[in-house]
Amino acid sequence: MKSEVKTQPVSRSRGRRLGAFVFLSPGLTYLVVFMLVPLALVMSYTVFQRGRFGGVVYEFTTENFERLIDPLYLSVVGESLKIAAITTVLALLIGYPTAYLIAQLPPRWKTMALVAIVLPFWTSFIIRVYAWTILLSGPGLLNSALAKLGLGPFELLYNQGTIMAGLLYSYLPLMVLPLYAAIERLDPQLREASANLGASGFTTFRKVTLPLTVPGVLTGCMFVFVPSFGNFVVPDMLGGNKSIMVGNLIRNQFLSARDWPFGATLALALIAVLVLLLIAQAWAARRA
Amino acid sequence: MRRPKLLYVPFWLTYVFLYLPIAVLVAMSFNSGESAYTFEGFSLKWYGVLAEDERIKDGLINTLIVATGATVIATVLGTMLAVGLARYSRSKILDAVSLMPAVLPDLVLALGLLVLYGTIQLTLGLYSVVLAHGLFAMAFVAAVVRTRLTGTDTSLEEASRDLGAGPVVTFMKVTLPQLMPGIVAGALLAFTLSLDEFVIAFFTIGNGEATLPIVIYSMIRFGVTPKINALAAILLLVSFTAVIAGQRLTKIGESRAQD
Repeated sequence: MKSEVKTQPVSRSRGRRLGAFVFLSPGLTYLVVFMLVPLALVMSYTVFQRGRFGGVVYEFTTENFERLIDPLYLSVVGESLKIAAITTVLALLIGYPTAYLIAQLPPRWKTMALVAIVLPFWTSFIIRVYAWTILLSGPGLLNSALAKLGLGPFELLYNQGTIMAGLLYSYLPLMVLPLYAAIERLDPQLREASANLGASGFTTFRKVTLPLTVPGVLTGCMFVFVPSFGNFVVPDMLGGNKSIMVGNLIRNQFLSARDWPFGATLALALIAVLVLLLIAQAWAARRA
Repeated sequence: MRRPKLLYVPFWLTYVFLYLPIAVLVAMSFNSGESAYTFEGFSLKWYGVLAEDERIKDGLINTLIVATGATVIATVLGTMLAVGLARYSRSKILDAVSLMPAVLPDLVLALGLLVLYGTIQLTLGLYSVVLAHGLFAMAFVAAVVRTRLTGTDTSLEEASRDLGAGPVVTFMKVTLPQLMPGIVAGALLAFTLSLDEFVIAFFTIGNGEATLPIVIYSMIRFGVTPKINALAAILLLVSFTAVIAGQRLTKIGESRAQD
């Protein structure tokens, strides 16, 4: 009896270690080989010289970082930040009221309204962006409609506004969903209490609803900002040749200019911006 | 609860904004004229033209191969990872690392893989896309299965272990059957994500090969015709049907689980 009590925990812990090994090692190996090693390689490439046809020559240089602070490249990073930030604010401005209303619909309509928000998100990204070129092109629908009013035609495609519209269109569902989740969780009694104590609808929103949904707002903003900032497909298809973002720059360094070390340095800058934002978000969420 | 009338403006704006471009695109696919932008009359001819396009056919086959391969990798590894993390690990770092492929920007994953393949001088092909898609799809499968795992009762697994079964037998006979709905949902998610994925495929595919999103992308760059609109309309119909069917299925699954 005594010996059983003693041996059981030992065999249990051996079983646990075996289980951990059997279940975790394949997936973790995959993550190490295809994600962590590649990321380490990208980081290391930032201090090496470019190879002639892509790749790298393993000789130390700081040249890539010197090029990074060239105003030409810094301005592209700045423009990308601006485009992603405006897109995020626009998504919040139309996403919040939408999520707020959906949360208050009767259950049947609520499900339908949510599915209708998510549905476009499950269709091909390329096709959704392409749809905008049809809508906005010179002889397209919007210009024809404006012509009937005696206006235009306008050059609606290929500028920063078009890029923002395309990004907003692509990632708006990612703003609405976390906002909806945050608003839905609110206890309705809090708002009732606020109203009973004489607060107007707007005061209740400002003092009760909004502060309690800040975590949802922050999550939604990250979900829109992160894929917008590093995007190259939308500016490629809707931005024309004039407007490029940091994503296009990185794509070009890797696939056309074949300067992998500089592409890696730009990617490092992109990751650095996103990590800083994540830290800021975590800090803001803790304060909220 | 109050619903201020003014809120309906951004509410409807959202839905018009989300569906107007898609509606115009579908309408233009029935154009009888040569232009992708101006509607001349109703015709189905572009759907016929589409059926004869070899590039699209090849792209579709490649996409299905990639999605199938990636789904197999992602489902097997993702499920094991989810079980391992939920039952055998308390490490927050491992949790975060397993979610990273879903959180990192696709561009970063894509160029990382390109650099890896370049460094080990691997010739790119379809399989390099399969391996790459397997990575990010695995994170989604693991996340979906994980939510299912936290909902299941561990007492059955404990009973199995107390009766002398090892971790692998317990997994096969007790955990796996309980997890099945989550695994199927995760596999469907992996397949759908791979079907539509563009950026990673664009970076990691071999010369002269293309998945469907890459075919569409290059066709658009060479000028638009109603043919692309017809293809887009079909793909929209397929994904809409899949999402709504998936919604129905999970609803049925949930009501069965409650019985």
